[in-house]
Amino acid sequence: MVESIAPSPLPAPVATPTTSTISERARARRELIRVLVRRPSFLIGIAVIVVWVVCAILGERITPYDPFNGFFGGHKPPSTAHLFGTDRLGRDVLSRVMVGSRDVLIVAPLAAILGVTVGSFLGLVMGYYRGFVDDVLSRIVEAFLALPVILVALLTLVVLGSSSVVVVFVVGILFAPIVARTVRSAVLSERQLDYVTAAKLRGESGLFILSREIFPNVLGPTVVELTVRFGYAIFTVATLSFLGVGLQPPSPDWGLSVSQEYANMVAGVWWPTLFPALAIASTVVAVNLIADSLQSVLNE
Amino acid sequence: MNAAAVPSVATGTKAALRVEDLSLSYIVRGIPRPVLRGVTFEVKAGESYGLVGESGCGKSTTAYAAVRYLPRNGVITGGRILVDGDDITKMNDEQVRLFRMRHASMVYQDPGAALNPTTKVGPQVVEAFTILGQGKRQAEENALKALRRVQIADPERVAQRYPHQLSGGMQQRVVIAIALASDPKLLVLDEPTTGLDATVEASVLDLVRNLQAETNAAVLLIAHNLGVIRTLCDRVGVMYAGKIVEEGDAATVFENPQHPYTLGLLRSLPRRGIRKSQRPLSTIPGNLPQIGTPLPTCVYVDRCPLADELCRTVEPPVVEVGGGQWTRCHHRDRLGQLAEPPPVGGREATLGELNLTLSNVSKTFHQSGHDVPALVKVSLDLHDGETLGLVGESGSGKSTLAKTILGIESPDAGADIELDERALAAKAASRPTADKRSMQMVFQNPDSALNRGWTGRQILARSVHKLTGLRGRAVNERVDQLAADLRLTQRHLDLKPRQLSGGLKQRLAIARAFAGDPRIVVADEPTSALDVSVQAAILNLLSELQLRSKTSYLLISHDLGVVRYLADRIAVMYLGRIMEVGSSESVFNGPNHPYTEALLSAVPNVDAEDRHRILLSGEIPSPANPPTGCVFNTRCPRVIRGLCEVVEPPLVEVEPGHLMSCHIPVDELRRLQAKAEREDLVLTTPPESAAAAAAQGVDELA
Repeated sequence: MVESIAPSPLPAPVATPTTSTISERARARRELIRVLVRRPSFLIGIAVIVVWVVCAILGERITPYDPFNGFFGGHKPPSTAHLFGTDRLGRDVLSRVMVGSRDVLIVAPLAAILGVTVGSFLGLVMGYYRGFVDDVLSRIVEAFLALPVILVALLTLVVLGSSSVVVVFVVGILFAPIVARTVRSAVLSERQLDYVTAAKLRGESGLFILSREIFPNVLGPTVVELTVRFGYAIFTVATLSFLGVGLQPPSPDWGLSVSQEYANMVAGVWWPTLFPALAIASTVVAVNLIADSLQSVLNE
Repeated sequence: MNAAAVPSVATGTKAALRVEDLSLSYIVRGIPRPVLRGVTFEVKAGESYGLVGESGCGKSTTAYAAVRYLPRNGVITGGRILVDGDDITKMNDEQVRLFRMRHASMVYQDPGAALNPTTKVGPQVVEAFTILGQGKRQAEENALKALRRVQIADPERVAQRYPHQLSGGMQQRVVIAIALASDPKLLVLDEPTTGLDATVEASVLDLVRNLQAETNAAVLLIAHNLGVIRTLCDRVGVMYAGKIVEEGDAATVFENPQHPYTLGLLRSLPRRGIRKSQRPLSTIPGNLPQIGTPLPTCVYVDRCPLADELCRTVEPPVVEVGGGQWTRCHHRDRLGQLAEPPPVGGREATLGELNLTLSNVSKTFHQSGHDVPALVKVSLDLHDGETLGLVGESGSGKSTLAKTILGIESPDAGADIELDERALAAKAASRPTADKRSMQMVFQNPDSALNRGWTGRQILARSVHKLTGLRGRAVNERVDQLAADLRLTQRHLDLKPRQLSGGLKQRLAIARAFAGDPRIVVADEPTSALDVSVQAAILNLLSELQLRSKTSYLLISHDLGVVRYLADRIAVMYLGRIMEVGSSESVFNGPNHPYTEALLSAVPNVDAEDRHRILLSGEIPSPANPPTGCVFNTRCPRVIRGLCEVVEPPLVEVEPGHLMSCHIPVDELRRLQAKAEREDLVLTTPPESAAAAAAQGVDELA
């Protein structure tokens, strides 16, 4: 931190506002990244996510076997040929787990982004205008919060038919109220600050104060909320697949794989259930590690 | 290294606290940054020692080190801290715990945060005794005694309250009671009165002084307010960049400073009734070096006007001055060369045109069905180029008045606020741009007042554009002009607020207020968050700007020195009412309203000026339930029974331009106050009204 800058008698060369602003932002971002990469939890989280993203992108090109059409005889336990064993149709579980990240890594982030966008907007409006607007919106938000996410999603998907688009929408909309509450409380403390009064004294509109003065300062909590929601979205999407209303066979999706194989656990066939389940868990934990480090760094 | 040379340490008596050549670093990003560079001092039992210096000089670190309470990255790299002969730097965690339990106590700046909000006060005090191994009954008895000892009149009742139901002064008394429970050998006070009003501050300081005599504890006091140090301390150490540069008896150091830094600090204070029309305040150019900067020779060399080659190459030795005073300076003999800024002539303000008039401005807040009048029929006027100082305890309505004028709050019906004889709209939002432009504000805390996401240039440019309607290049020119006026460089403008020091931030905030060439600037405690040397620079800038632009200031400040320096006229407020208005001279020289008299007498003074003392008991009553008659009657030492609590005195002109709201005739006041001054009287609130006020205070807060 440049705490003390002695006033220099010579004026520094005039920098144009645009370049200085950009360099300032870049500098702040570099600083943020520098602090982040010194946290082991952040690095572990990122490493896990990168592994799954690489698997999703490269997919069949790096899997040892064809995840869809390679049949090697049902329910073979893990061996050197099939590290994770084979599933009930004789497909290689490792190959299917590797490509299984694909759908969830598209659907979950989209749902999280939708939820955070709608939620932040609501939160900003509720926090800034307070009064009647806040009362009405808060009650609606609370009503939404009372709904169990999975049940509502299940019903909607049954009624509208299961498709990835509907999953994104349903999960996104159900997440919005939770985000709205977080953003609202951040805005409430922000609007107490004198710079908001100063803006009003020079006659700024509410929209300007909200979007240009307050929003950049609540971006931190919003970004944290985004990563947290991303974790929950993975979990929710996997659950919906497990319940059979998300992605449909023959998708190698993790949640779907678990749902199709878990009945065989009692027969001692644990591998086609365990490995996709671990994949889900690792992704959720990784995202949460990233969220935690972001939160603590931004709060410092 | 210099330990042996420091006279106070060389004496053989066992000191209650003895810090020897203490070095301490904070580990920041793996690199140790030295914060204390060989601090040596001692405090004897029954003595109080004050550490002064700008923020960041290491005084709080020293205080916390004395009870070994350091942040995780704080590492003691050398030296010893002896409390009653035991070296606490060598203790293990359990020993430190026992040491803090039995021998050391601390009183913090914010008593509200030092008490547990979910537990009643009683059990918290009792706990301080049970932890010492006392039984429940005995602890309870002792707790009540402890509360009585800190002059809480009704301890049984106070013990039943939660901390938030007590006023700040009461809370601090409770914290002191807890701190004294173990009968500590060492009592560390970290800015104990900073959040309190002057009247309350005075009584807490009195209390600490009495208790100290009683307990014979060594007191280490950290305060940025030199007046507080002067009032309370026997000895004082002046710290700069992690080193004590001068030490001596408080009176000697403040009267006869022997280090350029001490001299600079003292001269930057508005003292001895100096006014802006007489001369600018001295400032200390530059800033404290960043922590971790290597300072092998004199720590003050970069800012010292006397610094020469010797100072840059040889570390100054400890020079004894005599009378227990010493300094670390090569050029003590040349201190006389440090001149104060020359007086300026022809700055006596001539009253300009009337620009703002308030008549009958009231403001009532509605809180859960109750009417809380924050302003009651306030009438004031303001002229071009004039500074009107608003003083009064917190809760007196100063800030509400400022907000009402600015249109942040709208007044009750019937109020009339006129700018140049045109009525102003109640709400800022409904005022035309010209009116918004005419009135701007400087806030107390620049961290809150400046958007941390914006650069200085963005902040100024937006205000210029919004208030003047300029665009493009013209905006940039105006921004550069403003920056030049406030001595901000282009480089400062390209930084975000958090990268600037406190003084630079406040200058940026002032520049923003001046963006549209305002007629009136409301300044709410503009320097109270700043160090004294920075305060001096800001006050100089404010008076310079005023002289040039003929702007009027409405200055709110609890620091009467600041008000006296800057204000041409002063209005004293109490419970939302104006008690006295008059020219700066007439308010400071009297005769005064008894409330003003009490305020003036409460201020801890660096110069130890002899003023008669008025001790007000209790605190400002709740505005929701103001006393009948004169609202000050419950605390007034000159109350006339049977009149003051029945009839509210009108605000009348007692001398030309000097208005007062008091039943006592002005000549009588003049006589009484002259007598009190002559005989050095100590006046207190009559006991019966004090009891009534105290009871009311406790009940209302509940």
